[in-house]
Amino acid sequence: MTTEPPMTTTLTPDTTIDGVATLPPTEVDQPPAAESEVPEQEREVVFRLSEVEVFYGAARAVTGVDLDIARNEITAFIGPSGCGKTTVIRSLNRMHDLTPGARVMGTITYHGENLYSGKVDPAEVRRRIGMVFQKPNPFPKSIYDNIAYGPRINGTRKRSQLDDIVEHALTRAALWGEVKDKLKSSALGLSGGQAQRLCIARALAVDPDVLLMDEPCSALDPIATARIEDLMHELKDNLTIVIVTHNMQQAARVSDRTAFYTAEPDEEGRRVGKLVEYDVTETIFTKPGDPRTEGYITGRFG
Amino acid sequence: MTQVLDPPASGAAPEPPPPLVGGPRPPGYLADRTFRIVAVLAGVMVLVILALIIWVLFDNSLEWFREEGIGSVFSLDWAPNEGKYGAGALVIMTLMVAVIALLLAVPVSVGIALFINEIAPRRARLPIVFVVDLLAAIPSVVFGLWVLRQLASPLADIYADVHNLVKDVPILGDVFGDPSASGLAIMTAGIVVGIMIMPIVTAITREVFATTPASQKEATLAMGATRWEMIRGAIFPHSRSGVVAAVIIGFGRAVGETIAVALVIGSSQVLTENVFAPGDTLASIIANQFGEASGVQRSALIGFGLVLLAMTIVLGIIARSILRRANRRLGIA
Repeated sequence: MTTEPPMTTTLTPDTTIDGVATLPPTEVDQPPAAESEVPEQEREVVFRLSEVEVFYGAARAVTGVDLDIARNEITAFIGPSGCGKTTVIRSLNRMHDLTPGARVMGTITYHGENLYSGKVDPAEVRRRIGMVFQKPNPFPKSIYDNIAYGPRINGTRKRSQLDDIVEHALTRAALWGEVKDKLKSSALGLSGGQAQRLCIARALAVDPDVLLMDEPCSALDPIATARIEDLMHELKDNLTIVIVTHNMQQAARVSDRTAFYTAEPDEEGRRVGKLVEYDVTETIFTKPGDPRTEGYITGRFG
Repeated sequence: MTQVLDPPASGAAPEPPPPLVGGPRPPGYLADRTFRIVAVLAGVMVLVILALIIWVLFDNSLEWFREEGIGSVFSLDWAPNEGKYGAGALVIMTLMVAVIALLLAVPVSVGIALFINEIAPRRARLPIVFVVDLLAAIPSVVFGLWVLRQLASPLADIYADVHNLVKDVPILGDVFGDPSASGLAIMTAGIVVGIMIMPIVTAITREVFATTPASQKEATLAMGATRWEMIRGAIFPHSRSGVVAAVIIGFGRAVGETIAVALVIGSSQVLTENVFAPGDTLASIIANQFGEASGVQRSALIGFGLVLLAMTIVLGIIARSILRRANRRLGIA
């Protein structure tokens, strides 16, 4: 399973304030965010989205998304229901390919390559860019076979190799200790939190470069949520993580950067999601540049 | 609603609600009662009809059981001229026809179902479903006559070619043995029945495949699965029990199919392992011989109906238990 090292591009900051590089503000009509307190090194860009719009049939679900997602960071997408955050995260590993009528416009690059180029194999995209879903979705198979599924379809057949991958993935997902004695039993017998960590382990087993998490804790209790959040901190040393969350505290706790989306009526009165603000998480939560962001994070959503 | 009997004295506790028992009946009461009675009657009627069928079959076949003994169900000889009325050969040939039909129909049906659900463009789905369902609307006698007049002799040529190809291979040489010149054979019956059960098997497997949760499909795809890997990893495991159900239903239809089989199977009651030779099934022999039969033969033919019924029930029970065990292993049930 050797993959060639991914092409990399280095972000050239568009704006420099007092010699400190910051990400460009995402909306031109917004004043640049106040000087971020996190010093910026050169950030390696994994995803660059420019003018991304997603349509379901004729309906525009989300529009005007311009943002860069940096390597080994946790990027959170927050916003009210219908704001397009899930739609955007699903465009990052081409999950929309499977939805009849869904179209992604604009450009999304992944390590500098056009993700939606005709030459790109979507299966390979999804192997490198793993995904964890809102509801834990283990297969009705044993714990072992759940983890081994990805490596198997990617050509790993040798038992000893699979054993190593399974142990490693479960260890990384902080589940090994709980399940090592029952690898042969059905994954459907796990609790919700365990099942979600199993799904994370399953995604990690194919050694992805990015992990997309679509509201991974919304079906879990606070203790299970805390474990997953701890896990994300450990994983980010080797992974780039993008998380969609309804829980603002969670975004504040886990993420390095936060993108706030909202839904607003377009000219014809249909609600369309759009990116309002994207900045260092601390800035979003302490000195948001947009009144809509402030309204949302302070609970005065309007 | 609340009937105030005595006006409460000012400052007294509020009126208690009316008692649960003896109060006025809620508005839906009568309709619910009626529904209940109709549903129970319908449910009981199914059992009564089945019981009557079994009783009539048993009563009319009593002579066969009395004359030949219960062992004749398993006896392989059917020769009314010699007073031999065994059902065994016909049971086995019935199973042969059904197995051939299933071997042909199930893979094709699964393929059509997957094509419709996963590959065909949305707009093409309904027309394809319509065409497949239309196959089920063709009367079985039409199928039988079509195969008899158009397909039997080309099939005979194919059988001859296949036989020549494998005649020196140990077991295959016997199974695909000397073909009947007319093309009327167990294999031909299996093909007809296979075509006839395909629509129902397709319809059921399609429904079952469609119930695969999107989350399971997405789970496989999100790990880099191709479409075929998604089908194998998500759709098939989820659909196992449903496909078994489809096979059971297809099997029930296959063993019971009568007129088309009677027309193309060639009507020979001698047990053979050669699928290219003529045979007879429990259903087709009833159709072919009942008109001229009398006495024990007639009684035996009615008894075959009972055997057919028992066979379907037993196979259904076996299939269900296999299914339950498989599901328990998966931790589903």
